[in-house]
Amino acid sequence: MKGRAAGLGKSAISNLIIVVLGIGMLYPVLWLVMASFKEGTQIFSDPGLWPKTWTLKNYGKGWEGIGIVPFSTFFANSFMICVSCVVANAAFCSLTAYAFARLRFRGKGFWFAVMLLTMMLPGHVTTIPRYIIFRSFGWIDTFLPFIVPKLFATDAFFVFLLVQFIRSLPKDIDESARIDGCSKFGIYMRIIMPLSVPAVITTVLFTFLWTWDDFFNQMLYLNSPQKYTVPMGLRLFLDSSGASSWGPMFAMSVLSLVPSFILFFSLQKYFIQGIATTGIKG
Amino acid sequence: MRSSGIGRGRTLRDDLSSYAFLAPWLVGFFVLTLYPMIYSLYLSFTEYNILEPPKWVGMRNFLVMFVGADRYPRDERFLNSLFVTFRFVFLSVPLKLVFALAVAMLMNQKMRLIPLYRAIYYIPTLLGGSVAIAVLWRRLFAGDGVVNSILRALFHFDPPSWISNPKYALGTLIILAVWQFGSPMIIFLAGLKQIPQEYYEAAEVDGAGKVRRFLAITLPGLSPIIFFNLVMQMISSFQSFTQAYIISGGQGGPIDSTLFYSLYLYQHGFAWSHMGYAAAMAWILLLIIAVLTVLVFRGSNSLVTYGSGE
Repeated sequence: MKGRAAGLGKSAISNLIIVVLGIGMLYPVLWLVMASFKEGTQIFSDPGLWPKTWTLKNYGKGWEGIGIVPFSTFFANSFMICVSCVVANAAFCSLTAYAFARLRFRGKGFWFAVMLLTMMLPGHVTTIPRYIIFRSFGWIDTFLPFIVPKLFATDAFFVFLLVQFIRSLPKDIDESARIDGCSKFGIYMRIIMPLSVPAVITTVLFTFLWTWDDFFNQMLYLNSPQKYTVPMGLRLFLDSSGASSWGPMFAMSVLSLVPSFILFFSLQKYFIQGIATTGIKG
Repeated sequence: MRSSGIGRGRTLRDDLSSYAFLAPWLVGFFVLTLYPMIYSLYLSFTEYNILEPPKWVGMRNFLVMFVGADRYPRDERFLNSLFVTFRFVFLSVPLKLVFALAVAMLMNQKMRLIPLYRAIYYIPTLLGGSVAIAVLWRRLFAGDGVVNSILRALFHFDPPSWISNPKYALGTLIILAVWQFGSPMIIFLAGLKQIPQEYYEAAEVDGAGKVRRFLAITLPGLSPIIFFNLVMQMISSFQSFTQAYIISGGQGGPIDSTLFYSLYLYQHGFAWSHMGYAAAMAWILLLIIAVLTVLVFRGSNSLVTYGSGE
């Protein structure tokens, strides 16, 4: 009994530390959200969270966008790219993973090792030649440089994640399907894919997040404001920053975080699984 | 659809139909990874501004980076960017892992709210890579920003503008990176759950104190995970770009104090069209990361305690 009481006290203290520290961690984000509802000059230096007067003006002004391009265009572009990348990754990373995890063919070990190596490869090594290649295709200022690589399962991280998952599935189901005359593709479509839904969801989530936040590539390839994505739109605000644009920029920053937030809280379980099993960088 | 070969021996046909499934990845590997790598290796020995054909210059790009070649003085900004990046990586990664481990240990108890806590501590990681958060950081640490308002109220002194002071600008980026310790924390938490509780109980019976239990049980039990986190975080930190770009307005300033390697690479390749030089920089980065990864693995082989098999 005594031990249990001490344990409870200890856990209360831990709880308290975790909560206080957690509030500290979240403070910048909370401040951003609150600041987006503040007026004019209050925004800069007021460390308090609660706005003295609430206003939606920042959101209205931000949504109007910059110049002739409304912010909704940036959102539409970002969604367009993200959804295409998500679909392509889900389809082709799982197809590749199925081949590595279930099919037998000569040279499999070798290609699997190659795939693992590409996982460690810093992206910068291929950035410049890819840019030159895509430029020669006339793909500058289009969404193709983001989407086309995903059609070739170039995100080795997800292939690896899916391979691990498919390997953990019991083999007898596809074994018996095979004996019943189900083709390789049939097994992939009708057995492996439905059973791999958790790992596919993890793939979908991280593909969406990384594409949504990917500033580097979008800056390389997009150069007309009509084609800009959300991160590029935010940078446009930053570049034109007089003191007056901070409010609208904060408002649009908050909006830009909403999709990630919704995805995370609705599918948290898959996030944690994905991170814990493969150490995917967040 | 081709039916797969039944039976023990693999036929050529069976191999081919399997390769059909691997085809997209194989094409991608050759066209989007291997060929670009060879191409960029070639470019690294050239001068190339994308408009005229590449001009072979031998080792010049590499010489300019480290020692200088005749008529071409050493690129001091390159060495500086290397130095800045090393400082960033070697300060932010260990700090990040220490925080991640500390919080994971706090959470490694029977608590009902763990999923909520885990989510809260993951939020900075979830959002931290975005331009939005970088913009926020720039504002928070500005001369008239919130951080200084708090400091003024608490300590009654006149704090500097952190972002525009070359002494402190990198520090704000390190804080931003350390703030995002969510992924290693989740991995540590999963690892801590694998350590049998009996070890701790036995050690307690033997009179081992908290520190001793941490050093003798927790650290060895987690060592493979610590090294894993170290490698992953190191690789991604070396490539940091967005935050430095946004916070320094694309210049890596003030006075190049936040000129990250990838930012400088971007400037050479895309602001000044020095594609050859930028390709050479990318290869040096690859070598640095490869060497460090090998060193960490070497170190881990001598230090890590793996479980005694299954």
